[in-house]
Amino acid sequence: MQYFVQQVINGLTLGSIYGLIAIGYTMVYGIIGMINFAHGDIFMVGAFTALIVFLILGALFYSVPVVVALLIMMIVAMLLTGLYNWVIEKVAYRPLRGSFRLAPLITAIGMSIALSNFVQVTQGPRNKPIPPMVSQVYSIYGISVSLKQIVIVVVTAALLAIFWYVVNHTSLGRAQRACEQDQKMAALLGIDVDRTISLTFIMGAALAAVAGTLFLMYYGVVVFSDGFVPGVKAFTAAVLGGIGSIPGAVIGGLLIGFIESMWSAYFSIDYKDVAAFSILAIVLIFLPSGILGRPEVEKV
Amino acid sequence: MAVTASTQSAAPAAGLISHALREAVYAGIISFGLFVLFIGLKTDQNIHNELVLVQRWGLLAIVVAITMAGRFAYVGFLQPAMERARAAKAAAPVVAAPPGFIRRNATKIGIAVLFLYPVAMVSLFGFQGSLKWVDNFGIQILIYVMLAWGLNIVVGLAGLLDLGYVAFYAVGAYAYALLGTHYGLSFWILLPAAGIMAAFWGILLGFPVLRLRGDYLAIVTLAFGEIIRLVLINWREVTNGSAGISGIPKVSFFGLISFNVSDPNYISKVLGIAQSGAYYKIFLYYLAVLLCLLTAFVTMRLRAMPVGRAWEALREDEIACRSLGINTTTTKLTAFATGAMFGGFAGSFFAARQGFVSPESFVFLESAIILAIVVLGGMGSLGGIAVAAAGMIGGTEILRELGFLKAVFGPDFTPELYRMLLFGRAMVIVMVWKPRGFVGSRQPTAFLKERKAVSGSFTKEGHG
Repeated sequence: MQYFVQQVINGLTLGSIYGLIAIGYTMVYGIIGMINFAHGDIFMVGAFTALIVFLILGALFYSVPVVVALLIMMIVAMLLTGLYNWVIEKVAYRPLRGSFRLAPLITAIGMSIALSNFVQVTQGPRNKPIPPMVSQVYSIYGISVSLKQIVIVVVTAALLAIFWYVVNHTSLGRAQRACEQDQKMAALLGIDVDRTISLTFIMGAALAAVAGTLFLMYYGVVVFSDGFVPGVKAFTAAVLGGIGSIPGAVIGGLLIGFIESMWSAYFSIDYKDVAAFSILAIVLIFLPSGILGRPEVEKV
Repeated sequence: MAVTASTQSAAPAAGLISHALREAVYAGIISFGLFVLFIGLKTDQNIHNELVLVQRWGLLAIVVAITMAGRFAYVGFLQPAMERARAAKAAAPVVAAPPGFIRRNATKIGIAVLFLYPVAMVSLFGFQGSLKWVDNFGIQILIYVMLAWGLNIVVGLAGLLDLGYVAFYAVGAYAYALLGTHYGLSFWILLPAAGIMAAFWGILLGFPVLRLRGDYLAIVTLAFGEIIRLVLINWREVTNGSAGISGIPKVSFFGLISFNVSDPNYISKVLGIAQSGAYYKIFLYYLAVLLCLLTAFVTMRLRAMPVGRAWEALREDEIACRSLGINTTTTKLTAFATGAMFGGFAGSFFAARQGFVSPESFVFLESAIILAIVVLGGMGSLGGIAVAAAGMIGGTEILRELGFLKAVFGPDFTPELYRMLLFGRAMVIVMVWKPRGFVGSRQPTAFLKERKAVSGSFTKEGHG
């Protein structure tokens, strides 16, 4: 039982990170109907930015309280990663809006390749380890919970609350939901569609940047190729939850996190990704539009 | 129209220059923001294995300056020039020029060039010198052409978005590697066997995804590709894990002429010529050409058959397709199986050429590159895809050859590192510039009396 609860906690931590990345996929998909393949690499850029900020802080000041350091890392990562995604949308996706479906997917794959190789060229191909930032571990009824895990879950929950408020109760969120339903009509009613889409990309990138910072804090290492696997899993999570649905992305992320930690705990760690992908395929056979996704109605 | 154009080109309006300057400043600010941490600072490990930051502000200044200059040139000069050219083109009356000699005989000339290429290379560089050109350029490009033509059946003709095509390539390669090394079967038996096996895997993948459409299909195929790769890595007893399988037997000329130096029927002994590794590469090159031609021929014939028509109908509109009584299940499955079969052929050829396979060769990036070639070449158009493969693969291979850049940027400069960076950038630029690919053709293959431009080329395709 203790072992099981332990795995639930591990899964929750992992799932939080996937969920944060998955929101970026699902929002972009909801609003312009494209798979932003570069989103995983945006996450990696966020993690790298956090790493560099961490090193700057270490070089400039003798010691910085961990909370302050984490906060600064997150904020800088959110800003810069947002800038990256904003530029990418402007350069690679906007000119192709209204083109055929595969065109933005190809530029997104191109951007993904370009981003990870850009980081490889500028920062070198090796693993970048940092000393542990938070190392306390608490033991409750024999279950060990590290402070890192608590930070991840709390930050994710707080961000999701803010995010939920923005989407449901602000004019920006209203504009986003309107664009999602009908861009032409939204534009006719005075919504700046381009600006809304740009802001959506920035918001998605900011969440991915937070996920990147948390990832760096949790694993203490990042490498240029780290964007792909979390990116694919987060995308899997978004599809599993029903792409386009924001609560679905979070549920999908948690589900993938649970599957992964349970599978590696009870079966074999080698095949944990195989398990995640197989369950995706099985779920989609029975629920072809994901758990919370609206079934696609095709009008003829 | 012409008058305004000429005055503009003589002296660009002052407003344009100030606009370009303003744009350049914005670009500078944005690129500074993008690059300040990534180019301005470099994380490096010191002797104690700790990360330290190395400052590179000079490089950052150069990159930002280049970005600003580029933006200035683009907004101030290139963009107006392009607009003028477009206006001139729109104003000019449309003259349907009769296709020239080269255009009319493009296929024949292309095939002739393919067959003469090794001869030209050998006569230019000698047998040893031609190795690089025949192997790295010729065979490498032809493998991608084969793969892209195979994927073209799934994506270009049937309109099913497959992000895991590399899985079939892997199945073909491992089928040849395992059966060839363990049972000593010949390439000529294993080539069709690998194709059939890959086709079975295609059907196996096809079944669960029959009900899925569009992006759900994309993610499941991606997942399928990853599953195959992970199994290849983890099933160590059979596949030898990430270490891969080496010592894969070479292809022989139908058992008559061998390319192993130790064999009694080694080519130089049979033909009485000097030993050289180049014979095998040249033989493989012609084999690749023949396999490519086979793929193209089968694709072209299939397109003219009911099943090919059904694929194209499926791509255009699945519901209409079903209403007209086409069995979409078998149509989709045949598309998957046929595409996968060609992937399997290419895979077993790849294994024979390398003599070594490992899961490293079958990562998602490969699927992405193949898909990019299909889309950049113009989905459905065989010629366009071949041109795209030559451009993208040949272009990145050429980067390896640019040794003189070392003289410009110093000895630390390695152009290979920039290969994939430039590849990704090229994908974006080509796509933005020509969203329909080099040769955008969705012309119907079936038509009444004469071919007409259809509105279909401009409408959205239905998702598979």
